[in-house]
Amino acid sequence: MSMPFYVSPEQLMKDRADYARKGIARGRAVVVLQYDEGIVFATENPSRALHKISEIYDRIAFAAVGKYNEFENLRVAGVRYADLRGYSYDRQDVNARGLANAYAQTLGTVFTTESKPLEVELVVAEVGSSPESDQIYRLSYDGSVADEHGYVAMGGLADRLVTQLADAWRAGLMLAEAVRIAVLVLGTQPEGEPRQLPASQLEVAVLERSRPRRAFRRLTGPALDAILAAAPSQPDASSLPAAAAPAEPTAPPEAAPPTP
Amino acid sequence: MGQDHTAAGRLPAAFTTPGSSSFVEFLAGYAPSLLPGNRPLPAGEVPLAPHATTIVALVCDGGVVMAGDRRATMGSMIASREIEKVFPADDFSAVGIAGTAGLAVELVRLFQLELEHYEKIEGVLLSLDGKANRLATMIRGNLGLAMQGLAVVPLFAGYDLDRGLGRIFSYDVTGGRYEEHEHHSVGSGSVFARGSLKKLWRPGLDAVAAVRVAVEALVDAADDDSATGGPDSSRQIWPVVATVTSTGYRRVGQDEMGAVVEAVAEQRRTEHAQGRPGGESR
Repeated sequence: MSMPFYVSPEQLMKDRADYARKGIARGRAVVVLQYDEGIVFATENPSRALHKISEIYDRIAFAAVGKYNEFENLRVAGVRYADLRGYSYDRQDVNARGLANAYAQTLGTVFTTESKPLEVELVVAEVGSSPESDQIYRLSYDGSVADEHGYVAMGGLADRLVTQLADAWRAGLMLAEAVRIAVLVLGTQPEGEPRQLPASQLEVAVLERSRPRRAFRRLTGPALDAILAAAPSQPDASSLPAAAAPAEPTAPPEAAPPTP
Repeated sequence: MGQDHTAAGRLPAAFTTPGSSSFVEFLAGYAPSLLPGNRPLPAGEVPLAPHATTIVALVCDGGVVMAGDRRATMGSMIASREIEKVFPADDFSAVGIAGTAGLAVELVRLFQLELEHYEKIEGVLLSLDGKANRLATMIRGNLGLAMQGLAVVPLFAGYDLDRGLGRIFSYDVTGGRYEEHEHHSVGSGSVFARGSLKKLWRPGLDAVAAVRVAVEALVDAADDDSATGGPDSSRQIWPVVATVTSTGYRRVGQDEMGAVVEAVAEQRRTEHAQGRPGGESR
């Protein structure tokens, strides 16, 4: 057996991280935003069957970017983890923190022990009884966990999307405003004008605080069309008096793309 | 399993093995002791345990109605007067249970989870036949316990989204699955309830009328079977009645049930008084 060349641990880890980052950056972004009555997830995804956003448990949802086979595997593991926990204890004993830890351990172990890291980035979010008790965890390919508040963007152009979200997001958004911000941000291109994403190219789902048991709901078809169709009429604010105030915060993302 | 040792901390391999959308299959591989049928049973007599009794189900216009009384018995004693025996299996089906209460409730919990697990993993609902077959497999796993006298006999009913109608499935202890048409009942009072259903059920009953028929059948069963409890008006404990239609599972509310039970009792009081010698003349 031939001896491999010596590679310093720093170099090894850096190579793996670069490899994973490249894979993740190739995919379309996912954005996650808190709004007053829950958490909204949105991504550009023309497929109706291969989801990037899905339900894990009553109050917990999962969003991922990167390689489909790898995050699908983690999603199924998460559903099994949550259902097993809820079955052996009680439904209220399943929480996002435990699941995020299990994912972090798995991602971290694969990153350090296997030859190829998982090219995925995940968000595990749990809707609480109030916006303050909502939990959003962002997990990276190396197993690092970040406890996020307000908004998250991951995948392609994530850095630019985050700066746009930072400008547009505020506490207490309504669902329609949050979806519009998400769709606007997702339309960002590396250069040039942002694209207008039609409803057929979007995958949008929410965790709704007010729903009794299973809080996860996909926004599709007419429900999503209605929210997106309301967007053009929003600036004049005549038809939507309640949405008059947020008309201003949505403006920065439109102005943002030319600057970087 | 070797992977678990080399990669401490990560989720065990059973969690990330692709292929199965069944929670029961996952449990059988990862934690078999959590499955009801997989526990070794000690030798000897099984001590008395609460038994759940009568369940009725009937097809109505655009769905099904399922109802269960609230009594559990332990020998000649009443173990519970407010046990619930009709549950939503998922949004479009209901399951009612008769037999050993502890095992039956565990079975329902597992069945509910099985359907939800499949829905989450696959992203679509199982067909109604698929759900009914799944329940049959789970009953079959309980055969060993049934032979010790711990039988569980469910009744399953749901709205078939493909065909647009309500359907009822009955089971035997060996896991046999039989589709029932019109109506069916299980449990100790089922003989009397079935007689009542035969006379009162009509094709094309609407949901409100079907709820009334279900209550009548349970009252008739409680009349003749000591293990079936009638409506308890002093404690306001009414039968659990649920309708499953294209809009989903709905449990009939407490006040609504109170009104139906009172109407049934009132009618019977009147008829009884009319039939009594020296009572009101016709």
